[in-house]
Parts: sequence; structure tokens; C-alpha cells
Amino acid sequence: MADKILMKGNEAIAAAAIKAGCMHYFGYPITPQTEIAAYMAKVMPKIGGTFLQAESEIAAINMVYGVASAGKRVMTSSSSPGVSLKGEGLSYLAGSDLPALIVNVQRGGPGLGGIQPSQSDYFQATRGGGHGDYHMIVLAPASVQEMAELTVKGFELADTYRMTAMILADGTMGQMMEPVSIDDLKVNPAPEKPWATTGTQLSREHNIVNSLSLVPEELEQLNFKRYERYQVIEENETRYEEYKVDDADIVIAAFGIAARVSKNAVDEARKLGIKVGLIRPITLWPFPKAPFKKAAEHAKAFISVELNMGQMIEDVQLAIESKRPVTLCNRAGGMIPDPDQVLSAIKEVNGGIA
Amino acid sequence: MAKLTFKTDNCKGCALCVDACPKGILRIATDKINKKGHHPVECTDMDQCIGCASCYMMCPDCIIKVER
Amino acid sequence: MAVYEKPHALIDVPLHYCPGCTHGIVHRLVAEVIDELGIEGKTIGIAPVGCSVMAYNYFNCDMIEAAHGRAPAVATGVKRADPENHIVFTYQGDGDLASIGMAETVHAAARNENITVIFINNAIYGMTGGQMAPTSLVGQVTQTSPYGRDPKACGYPIKVCEMLSELVGPEYLERVTVNNVKNIRNAKKAIKKAFQNQIDGKGFSLVEVVSSCPTNWGMTPKQALDWIESDMLPYYPLGVYKDRSAEEKEAE
Repeated sequence: MADKILMKGNEAIAAAAIKAGCMHYFGYPITPQTEIAAYMAKVMPKIGGTFLQAESEIAAINMVYGVASAGKRVMTSSSSPGVSLKGEGLSYLAGSDLPALIVNVQRGGPGLGGIQPSQSDYFQATRGGGHGDYHMIVLAPASVQEMAELTVKGFELADTYRMTAMILADGTMGQMMEPVSIDDLKVNPAPEKPWATTGTQLSREHNIVNSLSLVPEELEQLNFKRYERYQVIEENETRYEEYKVDDADIVIAAFGIAARVSKNAVDEARKLGIKVGLIRPITLWPFPKAPFKKAAEHAKAFISVELNMGQMIEDVQLAIESKRPVTLCNRAGGMIPDPDQVLSAIKEVNGGIA
Repeated sequence: MAKLTFKTDNCKGCALCVDACPKGILRIATDKINKKGHHPVECTDMDQCIGCASCYMMCPDCIIKVER
Repeated sequence: MAVYEKPHALIDVPLHYCPGCTHGIVHRLVAEVIDELGIEGKTIGIAPVGCSVMAYNYFNCDMIEAAHGRAPAVATGVKRADPENHIVFTYQGDGDLASIGMAETVHAAARNENITVIFINNAIYGMTGGQMAPTSLVGQVTQTSPYGRDPKACGYPIKVCEMLSELVGPEYLERVTVNNVKNIRNAKKAIKKAFQNQIDGKGFSLVEVVSSCPTNWGMTPKQALDWIESDMLPYYPLGVYKDRSAEEKEAE
């Protein structure tokens, strides 16, 4: 086993992307994700890859669209306001069924907002981000090692299902340093892409990468087919971590940095004799409905811990079909709830159900 | 000896070839209608065609083949 | 025997353009050049949003449909995906290239991105029914300038070749037109050079083609070609605006 090295979460994403065979990166400077671009700028020229600082996030996502059309693994990264600008491109990538990896290291919003960590782009990410009916596979890492692993997984899922995958991290995950192993990451090479626009070589019909479809009956069928694929993803690719859920009276839902904070609170609450568990969605889309539904059979209440004004809480309510009360425990605008705040929320909920 | 062939059904009757022809031997056949509903172009005197391909050059729909 | 007929790089299907629209002429020129350079098998074209949005159905090479104005960015991606083996061209109108996509245009030029850009300037938005374009002439009546383009309210039309020629980056900028046989021959030469430059690795080559839109100008096809001569060309003079290789050769 190779040695672990100390890396920032952002750097781990960049290193893992290269390990996954991504030789093309396009980005635009924005805090708190800029280390990804800086890493790529340093490494790509030395390995014959492409790093290009685009004129805008809009241009960057369209450069991604170009490389993806040509069938190669490609990524871009940004933070919240920049991801809004990429919304158009994300929709076109979906409409053209192109695989690519997008990283959002979130900061507080709306508008220019701040530069401190946030999870307030949950709706944007899990509902698509741009116009039209579509989804992205949304992956939420909770450690630097997971930043690396989910980056590789993101490329693989994108290729398998011909769609975009997004790493939805936050400023904390991007900036914090932890030991990480890049060399040991297992990578499945990209599959054949016979649909790619790489030149006909005069040996086949021309390929067209396109999202325009003016006949409504045909466009409807394209949407139906895409959603059939989404259904397969929901069945096969949903990921989550459970922590002390089996006997829990109270179940916390939290992802990313909020899950790490919540885990501490779970342990503290257990010491006080309160049976609390944690479900940490790793895929935010598809949302892991099953473990929540199952937990609702014995848990009396749920708490959604988020760095926003309450976004994932709606998916929790949907997953448990509103059979149990769900309370929000949150901070916003770049603030992070501490374990004491979560513990207080647990105690309060516990008082209500006792 | 030059020869013109028209893909008449793709003609939109824009007449740019008619204006370009130095011999004045092309006309829009207002007595005919093609599949698209346009009056198509036709050659009135093929013997006079010099095969200069001006009509080919001007045609926006690439319906004219010129051999010489 | 000399034969002039539809080039191989142009698919044998009817074009959807209005009667007398010069898009068809420029499509044919691009296809002829692709044939003559023998590059169809490695060429990838990028279609814009606008009247030529469905250009992907007409060229025999691989094609990509880009978002409005983003073709140069998409082309950058395709080119950089495999610079040795991809010949990449964009085909864009004035709204696409000079309005919503101006940033992508300027920066692709500034980077001297090794791509070929075919820019159709017909001074109007055709597909949406004839609105004012960034290149609409002063006084030109359109759906969104019903009293004529008033420079006090909406400024002056953009001269793309002149503007880009101030950049150090681009290799080659030329403005041509297709309003008569002689000009069409010259336009083809320019387009061929713009592709050859890419093959030779020289960089960003843009050919602006002053074109007509009979339908939205409210003219017959012939009148529209005459209007190019009388009204468009005085404001948009034909010529080479930048040819770095030629300039360097001259300096030697």
C-alpha cells in the first residue's frame, strides 16, 4: 500500500481526477475552490494534459462540452456563484447526454454571498441546476479521502450513464487537510464511446452531438428514455452511510461536513442515554430514500442538520412520506453548526417524544 | 459542349442563377410548380451553355450540376 | 471534363433556408474546401444557435450543436481534446458571434486558438424573425428597431474584423461577401486559407462573410444582394484585416 500524503480536499480532487484519466481541465478562479485550478495548472503541462483558464465559467463549461463531445474524460470546478453561470452548460450537457465531472465547492449565498462554507446549493445540484427536465448524479464527500474516491467514482458513473456527475463539497471540505491515498485509488478506464465526435475517418456516418429536437413527440421520447436511465441509477447507484441507526429513536440526516459534526453529537447523546443515529447520504441524487423509510419504522423523529436554510429536509420528509416529524438544525451564510448545537437539538426533540 | 442538370425539386425559385447566367439562358418556369411549391429554374437553350458554372456558384441550394 | 456539383462534405438533403438565402452558398464553399483539402474524416463542425442551427444536418463530417454564442469555447474543447487529429470549425451568425458570444469570440482569438471560424454577418437575427443584430446598420429597420437603428439608443454596429485585428493573438482575419460570382470565388479562397492555416498550426482564423437575409430585409433575393453592395459594404469594407504569417514574411 502506498504512503498517505497530507493534502487539501481541493488538491485531492485534482490529483484523483488525473488518476482517473482526466487530461483536460477548464476553470475560472473563484474562492474557495481555486486550489483545484492551481493544482491542474501545475501538473497538466507536465503530463501532456490541458489546463486552460477560461474567460468565464460559461466558457469553461462549454469547453468541457467540447472535450466531452470528443469522448474524453473532462472536468471543471467552481464555487456557488460560478456554478450558477455553468447552469446553461449543465443543461446542454444533459440534453446532449454527455459525461463530465463538475465540482462545486460551495460558499454562502445567494448572490455574491460570502466565501465561507455552505451547503446552500443543494436544491440547485439535486434538481439539475439549469433549465429542463434532468438530473445530475450528485456526490457528497465527507473526508479528504472521500473527495478523492468520489471524484474517480464520478467519472465512472458519468461515463456509464452518459450524464454529468457533480461533487457537491463545501469550503470546509475543500480547504481542510487530511492524509489521503491517491495511488491506491482503483480506476475503471473509460468505456468505448462510439457516439463521440472524433471525426468520421470516412468510415462511418457522421455523429451529431445535439440537444435540439423540434418535434415534440420526439423530444418527449428523449425525456422518457433519459428518465428510464435515471430509474436504473436510482436502483443501482444510491449510496449512504448509516451510523447507529438500528435502534435509534431519533435519526439525524446530514451530509458532508454537517455529517462529521453530527457524528460527534450522536456519540455525546448516546452517552446521555438518548438513542440517536445518523444517516449520511453520499449520493444526494439519487437520494437514499430506502434507509430513511426503513428507519421511520422505529425512529420517532428525524433531524436534518444542514449548512443552509433547510433544503435536504424536504427530501427527508419525502423519503419518510411525512410519517414522522422532521426538525431542522442549521446554520447559514457560511456558518457551521457545532456539536453542541446539534446535541441541543437532539435533547429538544428527545424531550418532545419522551 | 456543356451540360446542366437540375435537381428541380430542391429549387426554391430564388432566381440568383438566372441573374448570374452570362448567356441569359436560364429562366424561372412560372408555368411549372415543383414538389415544394416553387416555380423551378430551367434552361431555355442548352446548346448555348458555355459551362462557366456561374449558376452553380450562385445557387444557395446546390441543385445545379455543370459538366463541360 | 470539368464537373461542378454538390461537394461530398455536403449531405444530399434539401436545406431549410429561405429562397435566395446565402447560407447555402457559404455551406457549399465550406464543404468544397473540406473536400479539396481532404479533411472530411477528421473535421468536426460546431453549429450555432440561429438560422444555421441545423447545419449539423447538412455537413457530412462529425457535428456538434452548441449553446448560443458558445461555439468558440466548444471548439476549443474539441480541438484540445486531440489537437493533432481534429480539424475544428465553427459556423456562426452575427447575433451568436458578436452579441451573446462576444466574450468567447474575443478570447478564442486572443488565445490564437487553432480553429477556423466562419462568421455570417447578415445584419439581422433571422431565425427569431428579424430583430436588430449587433451588426445591423444605423437606420436599419428591424422588428426591434421599427423606426430604424438609432445610435443614440443602441449604439453603432460592431465591425468584428477591425475590432479583432487590434488583438495580438489571431492569425488571420478577412472579410468577404458572396453577392456575385467573383466575390464568391474570393470568399472560397479566404475560407480555404482559414482551414489551411489550421492544418499548418498557425492559429485562429476567422472569415467574416457579409451575407443577405432577403426574408427579414423584406427584399427579393436579387435586391438583397444589391443592398449588400450599396449599403453593407461601405460600412463593412472587404479585405484582409490581419494575416500574421504574411506580415512576418514581409518583415523578413
